[in-house]
Amino acid sequence: MGKITGFLEFERQNESYIEPKKRIKNYKEFTVPLEENKLKDQGARCMDCGIPFCHSGCPLGNLIPDFNDKVYKGKWKEAAEILHKTNNFPEFTGRLCPAPCEEACVLGINEDPVTIENIEKNIVETAFEEGWIVANPPEKRTGKSVAVIGSGPAGLAAAQQLNRAGHTVTVFERDARIGGLLRYGIPDFKMEKYVIDRRLKVLEEEGIVFKTNAYVGENVKADKLKEEFDAIILCGGATVRRSIPIPGADLNGVVQAMDFLKKNNEFVDGLRDFEDVISAKDKNVIVIGGGDTGSDCIGTSNRHGANKVTNFEILSKPTEGRPAHQPWPYWPMRLKTSSSHQEGVKRFFSVSTKAFVADENGNLKALKTVEVEWIFKEGERPQLKELPGTEKEWECDLALLALGFTGAEKTLADQFGLDMDFRTNIKATTMDYATNVPGIFVAGDMRRGQSLIVWAISEGRQAAYHIDKYLMGESHLPLKDNSDLPRV
Amino acid sequence: MLKKQGLYLPEFEHDNCGAGFICSLTGKRSNDIIHKALEILVKLEHRGAVSSDGITGDGAGILIDIPHKFFKIFCEFELPETGQYAVANVFLPRKENQRQYCIDIFEKEIESQGLELIGWRDVPVNSEILGEIAKTTEPSIKQIFIGKADEKMSDRDFNLKLFAARKITEHIIYDSKLSEAQYFYLPSLSTKIIIFKGLLKPEHINEYYLDLFNSALDTRLALVHQRFSTNTFPTWDLAQPFRYICHNGEINTLRGNVSRMFSREEIIKSDAFGDDIKKIIPTVLKGKSDSATLDMVVELLLMTGRSLPEAMMMLVPEAWEKNPEMSDAKRAFYEYNSCLMEPWDGPASIPFTDGNYIGAVLDRNGLRPSRYTVTKNGNVIMSSETGVVDVKPENVEFHGRLEPGKMFLVDMNEGRIVNDEEIKEKIANKYPYREWLDKNLVHLRDLSAKKGPILYDEIDLKKREVIFGYTQEDLNTIIRPMAQLGKEPIGSMGSDTPIAVLSERPQLVYNYFKQLFAQVTNPPLDGIREELITDISLTLGRDVNIFDINDEHCKKLKIQNPVISKHDLDKIRNYDSNPDFKVETISMLYEVNRGLNELEVALEKLVNQASKAIDEGINIIILSDRYVDENHAPIPALLACSYVNHALHKLKKRSQVSLIIESAEPREVHHFALLFGFGASAVNPYIVNEIVQKQINIKDVTDLEYLTAIKNYNKAIGKGILKVMNKIGISTLNSYRASQLFECIGINTATVDKYFPNTPTRIQGIGLREIEQEIVKRHRKAFRPNQTNLDIEVGGDYRWRRGQEKHMFNPLTIAKLQESVRTNKASTYKEYSELVNNQSKSLMTIRGLFEFDKFDPIPLEEVEPWTEIVKRFKTGAMSYGSISKEAHENLAVAMNRIGGKSNSGEGGEDQERFYKSSQGDWRNSAIKQVASGRFGVTSNYLTNANEIQIKIAQGAKPGEGGQLPGPKVNPEIAKTRNSTPYVGLISPPPHHDIYSIEDLSQLIYDVKSANREARINVKLVSEVGVGTVAAGVAKAKADVVLISGFDGGTGASPLTSLRHAGLPWELGIAEAQQTLVMNDLRNRIVLECDGQLKTGRDVAIACLLGAEEFGFATAPLVASGCIMMRVCHLNTCPVGIATQNPELRKKFKGRPEHVVNYMYFVAQELREIMAKLGFRTVNEMVGQVQKLNRNKAIEHYKASGIDLTPILHRVEVSEDVKLYNTNQQDHNLETHLDFQIIKKAHQALFRRQRTHLKLPITNIDRAVGAIVSNEISKIYGAQGLPDDTINIDFEGSAGQSFGAFTTKGVSMTVHGNTNDYLGKGLSGGKLTIKVPEGCTIVPQENIITGNVTLYGATSGEVYINGKAGERFCVRNSGASAVVEGIGDHGCEYMTGGIAVILGDVGRNFGAGMSGGIAYILDNDNSFIKKCNSADLNIDPISSQEDENQLKVLIEHHFVATSSPLAKQILTEWESYVLKFKKVLPEEYRQALLRLEEEQLKLA
Repeated sequence: MGKITGFLEFERQNESYIEPKKRIKNYKEFTVPLEENKLKDQGARCMDCGIPFCHSGCPLGNLIPDFNDKVYKGKWKEAAEILHKTNNFPEFTGRLCPAPCEEACVLGINEDPVTIENIEKNIVETAFEEGWIVANPPEKRTGKSVAVIGSGPAGLAAAQQLNRAGHTVTVFERDARIGGLLRYGIPDFKMEKYVIDRRLKVLEEEGIVFKTNAYVGENVKADKLKEEFDAIILCGGATVRRSIPIPGADLNGVVQAMDFLKKNNEFVDGLRDFEDVISAKDKNVIVIGGGDTGSDCIGTSNRHGANKVTNFEILSKPTEGRPAHQPWPYWPMRLKTSSSHQEGVKRFFSVSTKAFVADENGNLKALKTVEVEWIFKEGERPQLKELPGTEKEWECDLALLALGFTGAEKTLADQFGLDMDFRTNIKATTMDYATNVPGIFVAGDMRRGQSLIVWAISEGRQAAYHIDKYLMGESHLPLKDNSDLPRV
Repeated sequence: MLKKQGLYLPEFEHDNCGAGFICSLTGKRSNDIIHKALEILVKLEHRGAVSSDGITGDGAGILIDIPHKFFKIFCEFELPETGQYAVANVFLPRKENQRQYCIDIFEKEIESQGLELIGWRDVPVNSEILGEIAKTTEPSIKQIFIGKADEKMSDRDFNLKLFAARKITEHIIYDSKLSEAQYFYLPSLSTKIIIFKGLLKPEHINEYYLDLFNSALDTRLALVHQRFSTNTFPTWDLAQPFRYICHNGEINTLRGNVSRMFSREEIIKSDAFGDDIKKIIPTVLKGKSDSATLDMVVELLLMTGRSLPEAMMMLVPEAWEKNPEMSDAKRAFYEYNSCLMEPWDGPASIPFTDGNYIGAVLDRNGLRPSRYTVTKNGNVIMSSETGVVDVKPENVEFHGRLEPGKMFLVDMNEGRIVNDEEIKEKIANKYPYREWLDKNLVHLRDLSAKKGPILYDEIDLKKREVIFGYTQEDLNTIIRPMAQLGKEPIGSMGSDTPIAVLSERPQLVYNYFKQLFAQVTNPPLDGIREELITDISLTLGRDVNIFDINDEHCKKLKIQNPVISKHDLDKIRNYDSNPDFKVETISMLYEVNRGLNELEVALEKLVNQASKAIDEGINIIILSDRYVDENHAPIPALLACSYVNHALHKLKKRSQVSLIIESAEPREVHHFALLFGFGASAVNPYIVNEIVQKQINIKDVTDLEYLTAIKNYNKAIGKGILKVMNKIGISTLNSYRASQLFECIGINTATVDKYFPNTPTRIQGIGLREIEQEIVKRHRKAFRPNQTNLDIEVGGDYRWRRGQEKHMFNPLTIAKLQESVRTNKASTYKEYSELVNNQSKSLMTIRGLFEFDKFDPIPLEEVEPWTEIVKRFKTGAMSYGSISKEAHENLAVAMNRIGGKSNSGEGGEDQERFYKSSQGDWRNSAIKQVASGRFGVTSNYLTNANEIQIKIAQGAKPGEGGQLPGPKVNPEIAKTRNSTPYVGLISPPPHHDIYSIEDLSQLIYDVKSANREARINVKLVSEVGVGTVAAGVAKAKADVVLISGFDGGTGASPLTSLRHAGLPWELGIAEAQQTLVMNDLRNRIVLECDGQLKTGRDVAIACLLGAEEFGFATAPLVASGCIMMRVCHLNTCPVGIATQNPELRKKFKGRPEHVVNYMYFVAQELREIMAKLGFRTVNEMVGQVQKLNRNKAIEHYKASGIDLTPILHRVEVSEDVKLYNTNQQDHNLETHLDFQIIKKAHQALFRRQRTHLKLPITNIDRAVGAIVSNEISKIYGAQGLPDDTINIDFEGSAGQSFGAFTTKGVSMTVHGNTNDYLGKGLSGGKLTIKVPEGCTIVPQENIITGNVTLYGATSGEVYINGKAGERFCVRNSGASAVVEGIGDHGCEYMTGGIAVILGDVGRNFGAGMSGGIAYILDNDNSFIKKCNSADLNIDPISSQEDENQLKVLIEHHFVATSSPLAKQILTEWESYVLKFKKVLPEEYRQALLRLEEEQLKLA
C-alpha cells in the first residue's frame, strides 16, 4: 500500500492561505487547496505503518493509512467511503480538528508528519463536489424512537448513527438553527456555514427530524419526551462559561467570547445586522485566554477592524517543540500559532488579570495585570505565584473573556433527575454512556466537559451504539475499541 | 517405548543412522566378512548415540547369509539342504507363560499354512554386557527353523506362506492384550538371510550374540546398521537392519504413505493368498519407525511378484518429472507408477538385500552420503563413510558414490555390479507402460471446455465475502499481490496476535492448524533452487488392486497444478465423453437456521452422499460450497474435506474416489496446503476468481487479463504449497497429499479424533459447536438489515488496526515501553508491563491463561540481585545486514555492559568489534551464530565467541531460508560477510551439513573444535515433537538448546509462515523440559527460551516451565526505537533500525542505556515475582510448574475449553534427577588428532617456524585442522600464519569435515581420500587430496572426497585429485578449488571464489550461484544441459586474464597433486583451453562493474 519510498521523496506540504491583509477583509474561508497531484504526493508520504499510531491518536479511529493510500492512487471515491466509515462529518474535522493524529504520526518522530487533516478535508470536499455524498436511509425501521437533545457535533453524529440503525430520530435544538457550537461558535472564516447546511440536508433526507427553537426543559417538557421516546440522548454541550471573579468584571466592555462570537456568526449568517453585533471596530481589544476560542475572537476582531488586538494567557509560554514529558506519540502542549494569530495580535504569557478599570461612564478603559510564575511539585497541583513589581496597566475598550467552560447547564439534569459529577458534567461512563435514569444517555461535552469536536463526534457515535444495544438487545453499529492514546 | 504423557507424544521419535554393507563378488563365503562388517559399524560409531546410562546404544545389527554350515553343526536337529528351510531369530516375551503362548500361536499358524516346524534353538547371548536401559527391555531370543511341507513347493510359494504365517501370527499376538505382546518380533524370516540385532553398541554385537564369534560362521554378504535415536527409549525391534532394508535418513512423507497404504488395502486381492489376505492386512503395524514401515511395504510389494529393485524404484523414484534426459521407457515406468504409488520421500539412503541382490538406493535429493569401494580381490564395501574398512591403496579397483535417485546393485548370483541404467531399463521395459499411459491417462489441459447448466445465481459478492470472512487485508495484502505478480506476499517482524482459539474474532478452521516443519532430524528443501526434484502434479480417479500390474492403474486424470480455475473445474465437472470418469458435485452447505446440531448432521449427510455416489460408480467427487443464501451456510471446507476423507477410509471406499474442493474459503497458501494435506486432490477457490475479476474491474489489479491474473494467483499458491512441503522436506505433492503434516491447536480431542484423526492436538479447546457459532456469526452478519455499511472488515491480522485483531505490541504498549526506558522511570515500565500482562491475560497468549500459585513470600532482598539475573538474558539473533550497524552495535554494547549476551545473527561480524574500546565498551557479540548461509563464519569469528549458536530454525519462518538482496549488500556488509558487495546472498533452507541428527552432532563437534571454550547452542522452534528433538540435541552434545516460539521476528518472511508455522514457546519449553527430564538428559544441557518475551512475568512463566536462559529481540528493539513498521524487508525503516540507507540510519536514536534499562526493569519484575513465590535463585525456580495454575477467571466461549494440564505436567522422577543444568557435556575432544599436531608444531605455532609433519589418519579423525586453527586465531587473529608454515601429510581416509575452518598458514595433504564436508568454513588454509602412491585408479573417474565440499569457505585453496560428490563449493564465498569431476548441484549458492572442474559435472549446476567464477572443462559440450543457467553467463575463455587465472590454478593443482589429467591439460594447453567454459553469474558481473566504477570515482 502507498508508495514505499514516498516519505523520502516528498516534503510535507499543506494548503496555503490567502495573505492576512486580504483575507481579513471578509469572513470567508481563506485556504487555497493543493492541486490534485500534490495531494497525491502528500498521500504517498504515508508509510502504511505496521502500527499506525495516527489511528490511535485520532479519537475517531480514522482509517488513515487506508484513505491516504487511496488518495495516493487517485481513488477518491473509495477514499471517501473509508473516511466515512469512522467519521460522520469529515468536513468539520477536516477544518476544525487540531489533528492529534498528526502528532501521533510515525513520520513525526523525526520528520514533518503527513498532512492527514488536509487530506481528509480534500477527500470529503471532492466527495461533495462529485455528488457522492447522498442520503442513505435505512432499509428497515425498527419502530423505536430516539430524541436527541442538542444539535452540535455530538448530537448530529448520534442522530445519524441511530437513524442508520433504523430508529426514528428527532433532534431538539433550543436555538433557531441547527449546529450548536459549529454554527454559533465557529467563525465563518474557519468554516463557512454552507458546510453545515449541505450535511444537514443529507441528514434530513435520511429521515432525521429536526426541531429548532425547541428548548427542552423550557418550551419542551422533559416528561413528555420521556413518554414519547424510547430513548433520549443528551448532547447539550458544556455551555457554562467560566467567568473571572475580579473587580470590574461587570463593566460595559467586558464581554464573554461566546456572546461576541455568536452574535457575529448570526450577523454573517444574515440573521442580524452589524449594528447588533458586539463590535471591535477601532477598539483596543484584549482577549483573555489563549485557547481556540480566544484565537477565534482575535480573527473576528481583526475582521471588525479593531485598532489593536492583544492576547493574554495565564499559563507560561509553551515550547515550540515537544516538551520532554510529552514525548511522541502523545499529544503535546506546544506553542501554536493559528491563522488568526498571523493576522495581527500581540500575545503575552504568564499574565494574570487583576482588575478591569472603568472610565467615568462605567465603560471599560483599562486592565490591570501582574506577571505570574508557575511552581511545579511532584504529586501536587501546580502553584501560581505572582511576581511582585510586575504590575502593569493596559489600555483597553473591549475585553473578550475566552476562559473556557466549566460544565453543563443544570436544566436538563434537574428536569430528568440526572446525577452530575463534581465537574458539573452529567454522570455517565464510556462503558455505556448511560445516565442514572434508564433510557437516558449523554454524550459529548455534556458528559466529558469541554473538548474537541472530534471527541464530540466520537462520543455521539459510541453512545449511539449503546443506545441501539439498549433498544434492541444487540447492536451492529460500529464501535471503536479502547486504544485511544492517553493524555500525559 | 515411553507412553504418552504431558506434552510428550511417542510418535515423534526420530532416528538417523550409519549404515553399510560388504559383500564378495566372487561369491566366496567367509568369516572375515562378518568381522569387516562389524568393523564398519565401529568406525561409524560417531554417527550413533548413547543413552544417559552411558552404555545403551540406540540399536545396531547385522544381516548375513544363512550360515548353513554353522547351523548344521550347532542344531540338535536335522536340517534340509540350504534354501529348503527358513530360519529366524525370534524375540519373545520374557515371561515363560507368555513366551509359550506366542510360540504356540506361531506354531499353529505355521502348521495351518502347511509348513513344517523343524525345530527351535536357544540363541546363546551374553546379557552381561548390556546397559541398564537395554537390560530392562531385553527379550528372550530363540531361533526357529521352518521347512517346506513338501519338496515340490516352489520357493515363491514357500516365501508367500512364510510371510502369511508370520503376519497372521503378529496380528493375533499384538491384538491379544498380552502384557508382553510387544516383545514378540521376528527380525527376519527368510530362506536366504538372517539378522542379529538389538539395543547394542556396535562393538557389543558379537559380544552379545555369541554365535557371531564363531569362526564356523560364514557369509557372502553382510549388511550392518547402527541407529541414532533422538531420545533414549529406543527398542530392540527397531534396531536395524530390517527384513529387506535398512535406512539412513528419515521418511518425511510417512503419514501420507501409511494412510494411503490403508486405502490401498481396501481393494487388495491376491490369488496367492486367497482369503488369508484379509488376515495379513494391515501391512503396516502401528507404533513402528518410518524405516520399519517402509520395510513392511517393501515386503508386501515383493509378495505381489515385483522384484526388490522394482519395488525400490516404485517407492523411491528418482526425480523423473523434470528430467528431459531420461529415456522414455523409464519416464513411462515412473509416470505409470506415480498413478499407484506416491514417493516415500527421504532423505534416505537405503541399503537393501534379499540375499540374491544387495544394493542401495538414494532418494531424489541425494541428501545422505553413500560411498562404495570395489577392491581388486572382489569385495564391495558400501557405507555412509569411506575408509571404514582398511583397504590397501593398491587393492582399490574403484571408488564410487551413490548418486541422487540412483540405484547401486550387486547381483550376488552373477557376481557383478549391475549399473543403475541397466537394471532400471530392464525393469522399465517389462510392460508397455508408455502405451498404457497414452491410451488411458487423461491430462486436464487436453480436456475441452464445455458448459454445463447454470443452476441459479449466486447472491451478491459482498455478502458472500462477509459469510466467508474476507477482510480488506485478504483482498489487498494476500490476493491482490498474488494475482498481480504471481508471488506470495512478504512481511516482517513477528506475529503478535492471539492464536485462533484465543481470538475473540471468528476464525476460519484453517487457523487452528499449524504447519509442521523439518528441524535437525531431516532437512527442509529448497524448491526454488532445486526445482528439478519437485513436482506438484496429481492424478485423480479410482485406485486399483496393487497386486495387479495392468493398464487399469493409469485410467486417471492428471492435473499439473491442482490449484485450478473455475474454468478448469467446469471442464472436469462436465467431462462426460470418457466412461472411465464419473464426476458428481455434492453440496457442502447446511441449513443454518435449523439449530445447533445441524452442522454435525450435515457432515454425516455429506459422507452418506459421498458413499452413495461411490456406490453408483462416481470416481471424482466435487465438494462445493456454492450457492450460500440466507438459509444455507457453508460447512468449513477443511472440516468437510477431512471428514469425508476419513469417513471413506472407515467405509473402506477411499481408494475409489478423488476429492475436488470447490470453495469460497481458501484464499491463502496455508488454506490450500491444509486441504491437500487432508486429502483433497484439487481445489478451485471460486470466490477468489470473482474477487480478482473485480480487482481488475476497479483497477486494483492492473495491466492483466482475467485469465492471466488467475493463472498468476494459482501459480503463486502452487509455489507457496511447494514451500510448505519443502519446509517439512517433501518434494512432491503426490506424497504430501493426505499426509496431515499439521498440528492442531485449540480444538478438543473428541472433535479432532472424529474429524481430523491422527492429528496431534495437545491443549484441547473448541468443538464442533463453537465452530458452528463462528460460522453463524459471520453468516448472520451478512444478512442483517440496515447495513448501510456492508463493507468487509479491515482485518488487522498482519498490521495492527483499531477494533480489529489484537496485537501485543500496539500504540500504547510501545509508547509506554519507549517512555520508560528513555526516562528510566520504573513507574512507567510498570504501566507498560501491566498493559502487556493484562492484555496477555485477556486471551492473547497461553501464558496469559496462567496465574501464579502457592505463594511463599520471602523478602525481596533475599532474591539474587538483578545483576546476576541479567547474565541469563540474551538479545535475539539479528544479523548486521538485516539491521543497521548502529542498531546492531547498540545491542552488543548494552548486553556487554550488563554481562548478558548479544547475538551476531548470521551475518558475520567485523573483527574490529572483537576488541574493547578505550572507554571500556565492547561491541563484540558474545553469541556468534552459525546459520545455513555461513556468512562470515571463519576460524577467527568462532574463536571470538562465548557461545556459538547453530540456528536450525527461526520462529518466524521455520524450515525456510532467507535472502539478502544484492542492493542491500553494501561494501561494509559484504566485508563482514566475506562476500562481494552488491551480490545477493541466499541462506538455504537447510544447513547443507545437517540433514539428520548425526550430522548435527558432527557440526557441534566441528564448531566445538573451532572454539573449545564456547558453549554450543542449538536453536529450535516449538512444534509437536520438539522435546524429542531437544533430547536428540542433548545427545548430540549441544551445551544449550534454545526453543523459540513461532512468533519471533524476522527481517522478511512469507506472510503464511509468520502466522501458520510453529507453535507458542509455552508448549515447546514444557515439552522439551518434560522430555529431557524423562530421559535424565536435562542436567546435561541449558534450556533457553525466546519468542515475544516482553515482561518479567513472561520470563517467570518460561522459567517455571523449564527455561533457565531467556532471549529478547523485539522488545529491546522497541526500546531502541523500533515502532513495528513491519517494513524491514523494504529497507525503509524510518527509525534507522532495519535499514542500510545512510540517510535513514542517521535517524537511529537508540542508546545502550535504553536496552540496559529495559533488561533491568524486566529483571526487577522477575525478582518481585520470585520473592512472592519464594525463590531465591533462578535455578531453584526452573521447572517448578506447581507454582502455576490456570487463571480461573477466564470464561470465554472458546478459551474455556482449553486444558493446560499437559503443559503443567510434572514428570515423575527420582529426586536426584535435576531439573536444570548442572553438568557439562563430555565432548570427547581429547582424542582429537589436532592435539598431536599441536604437540609437534610448537615452533610453528609460536615462532612461525616452517614445520613438516607426517601422520596417519582414519575416518574417525574428524574436523582435523579446526583446533589448530583455533589456536592460531587466538594468537594471530584473522591474519593467521604465513603461508605454508605448518605442513602436514596424512595417509589414509580422513574423517568428516577435514580442514574445517582451517586458517592461513596451515597446509594439509591427504594421501588417500576424505569424507563429507571437506574444507567446511575454510579460512585461508590449503588442502590437497591426492591419490596415494601405489593406487592404480584413474583419478577423474573415482570419488575421492564426499559431499558438500567447501561449505561456507571464505578463503584458501583446495586441490582434489579426483571427483567430489554432491554440492561441491556450496556457498563458497572466497576459496579457490580445483577438482576433477563433481556431482549434482555444484557451486550452489556460491557467492565468491573460483571453482575449476576438470571433468564431469552433475545436474543443476550453479543453482542460486550469485557470485564467484567457475571454469568447466566441457569435453563433450554437454555442460549447458546440466546447468541451472537462467542467471549465469556461460562463455568460452576469451580474455587473457581469465586464461592466465585458469592456467595458474591448474598448474598449482599439478604441483600439489601430480594429477595426470592436469599434466595432460597443461601439455596440450592450446587445444584444451578451447574446451573450457567460464561461468560468471550475471549478478556478479554487474557487481564487479559497479565496484570498478566506484573505484574510478574514488580515484
